[in-house]
Amino acid sequence: MNFDALFGNLAQHTVDGLSKGAIYALVALGYTLVYGVLRLINFAHSEIFMVGTFAILGTWSLLGVTDTPSIGMAIVYLLIGLLVGAAASGATALTVERIAYRRLRRMNAPPLIFLITAIGVSLVLVEIYALWMAGFFSGRGFSENRLVIGIPAMLKQETVLSVAGANITNVQIIMVVSALVMLYGLDQFINRTRYGRGVRAVAQNPDTAALMGVHQDRVIMLVFVLGGLMAGAAALLWNMRYGITKFDIGFVIGLKAFTAAVLGGIGNLRGALLGGLLLGVIEVYAATLTRSTWEDVAAFVVLVVVLIFRPTGLLGESLGKARA
Amino acid sequence: MTQALRQFNERRRHAMGGMADRWRALPRWQRVLTFLAGIAFLYYLPFLGDIPGTNLIIPGLDWFRTDSIAGGSNWAGVLFVCALYVLVAIGLNVVIGLAGLLDLGYVGFYAVGAYSVALFGSTQSPVVQSLQRQFGLSEEWAVAWAVCIPIALAFSLVAGVLLGWPTLRLRGDYLAIVTLGFGEIIRIVAKNSGWAGQAQGVAGIPGPEGPPSADNNVFGLLKIEPWYWLALTVVLLMVLLVRRLEHSRVGRSWLAIREDEDAAAVMGVYPFKFKLWAFAIGAALGGLSGLLFASRSAFIQPETFNVQLSILFVAMVVVGGSGNMAGVALGAFLLAYLPERFRDFSEYRVLAFGLALVLIMLLRPQGLLPSRRRTRELQDRAKEAAVNVA
Repeated sequence: MNFDALFGNLAQHTVDGLSKGAIYALVALGYTLVYGVLRLINFAHSEIFMVGTFAILGTWSLLGVTDTPSIGMAIVYLLIGLLVGAAASGATALTVERIAYRRLRRMNAPPLIFLITAIGVSLVLVEIYALWMAGFFSGRGFSENRLVIGIPAMLKQETVLSVAGANITNVQIIMVVSALVMLYGLDQFINRTRYGRGVRAVAQNPDTAALMGVHQDRVIMLVFVLGGLMAGAAALLWNMRYGITKFDIGFVIGLKAFTAAVLGGIGNLRGALLGGLLLGVIEVYAATLTRSTWEDVAAFVVLVVVLIFRPTGLLGESLGKARA
Repeated sequence: MTQALRQFNERRRHAMGGMADRWRALPRWQRVLTFLAGIAFLYYLPFLGDIPGTNLIIPGLDWFRTDSIAGGSNWAGVLFVCALYVLVAIGLNVVIGLAGLLDLGYVGFYAVGAYSVALFGSTQSPVVQSLQRQFGLSEEWAVAWAVCIPIALAFSLVAGVLLGWPTLRLRGDYLAIVTLGFGEIIRIVAKNSGWAGQAQGVAGIPGPEGPPSADNNVFGLLKIEPWYWLALTVVLLMVLLVRRLEHSRVGRSWLAIREDEDAAAVMGVYPFKFKLWAFAIGAALGGLSGLLFASRSAFIQPETFNVQLSILFVAMVVVGGSGNMAGVALGAFLLAYLPERFRDFSEYRVLAFGLALVLIMLLRPQGLLPSRRRTRELQDRAKEAAVNVA
């Protein structure tokens, strides 16, 4: 255990963890939304995130983006990236729902069946990207590409702020702030709008909601799209921060985002944010303590411990019981 | 189109039902004879198409062998893997099919079994070497293979209980994720720990004849048929065992828990206890197949035991028809055999696998060869759903 490394620079590690957690939080929102309404772990959500990273990469290469454009252009590209990523992920989420889940919902199939189709869809998406789309989006035509693919850097990552010995980079600020903004927007949408009320109603009791005139299928589609939009935004942050993507990056991020959702209380939007940020911090601490060997175990250990001692998560679950 | 399909399905079901009735109507000696012939055929499989002892070839059967295509794998080797997977599927079927618990970390138990025989049986393992130093034993000393079997069984059983104890109180889908994490933790621990050989793994794992060497004339490295027969024998024994278990008080309790846990509890079945039993027994079977795998390959490394393998295991059970032993065996056999036989499409095999999973689950959620009870359960659920369609 390398405690010196951790406590010597605690503030820095916390900042790193928070920015890492911002991505988990945004992906976790997708799990939480779907789980809150359908009581279903959308196992394919991780791939929806992966699709987002590639769609953004493809658009940028189409626009001929090179490393670190001028600030003005960078903002334009980032906005385009956000739109494209959100659109691509949202569309994929919708397709997954339509193909893999709708029929099963009609049959009232047990959760195991949903899980297996979700795994199947996940495998199909991953392979489609490995075999054709990864090559296509990185400008090599429809060819097999199972390698790590670089993405042009939008912003030069530089320290803009120093607080308590922590050097905070511009990208880190953008990540955490945009995660907060996205969550705020989503929270308002769910709690304030007519559509949001529908979502909460179905989450609370699908049958009663249907009797009150809420169109279940539409609400479920909406929920998948919202999750997809958030995953698309997360994909943009990922591209900005790490500058690489690969056909199978979804898996690990998905698992951690799910852990984050459970940690915060699955079905709870604010819980997803809290869980994501917390998990990011825990992971960075664990990585520092153990010199990275046990970084990936930390998330699972947290998951197991939370589920054993507080299975409803830190903030409690259920979208339906959110403030009416 | 759908009309025609439905009609066809109806006729097929009729024909199949008739067949089952006719089978049951046969005299007992005829059924036993057919059964024995079936088992003899399983033992004959490695020679499929040949008549042993002669140069004669039965035409046509050759097509099924995996070495009939260019660059195909050794046929007996493929059969050995099939038998291993059938064993895994039977074990996982106890957990998923009978007790209805979703275990996505089954590969963890497989790994525990494999690592037990590797760490205690191989002279090259860090554990054995430290024992040698501790007790001043010779450099050739290692735990005998036969002793490794109970060790592996005990370790995987304990692993099952240790994982089950805190997690079995969780809801089904949470359990899936926790077990998934457990599988990953085992792999990462093996990769990072010096005593488990780290990423290089462990070599020199013994088989029934002792450590791998060129002198082994039955369970050698090149001739794989004996390995297949060994695995097949273990599978048949376990089928017998699990079958007895399934039709015992324990088995009935599992079914009751799967169908309605609360109702079962009201009837005096303590769910936690029986779930833990299912977990432990399933784990032990997984450990046993892991042990066979490690002995045959004589070398293991942590990367073998990844999540993909776990998912494959679950897919075998669900595709075959969870709850029905013949079904899961069929699923295991197909998922191990088809990719080997159709290697020409190996580039697309994961894609095909994914598509197959989705299609089978959408069109036939009960699996290819389902248990009758399970099918009725699904039909029941569908009827419940029909009441509250929006």
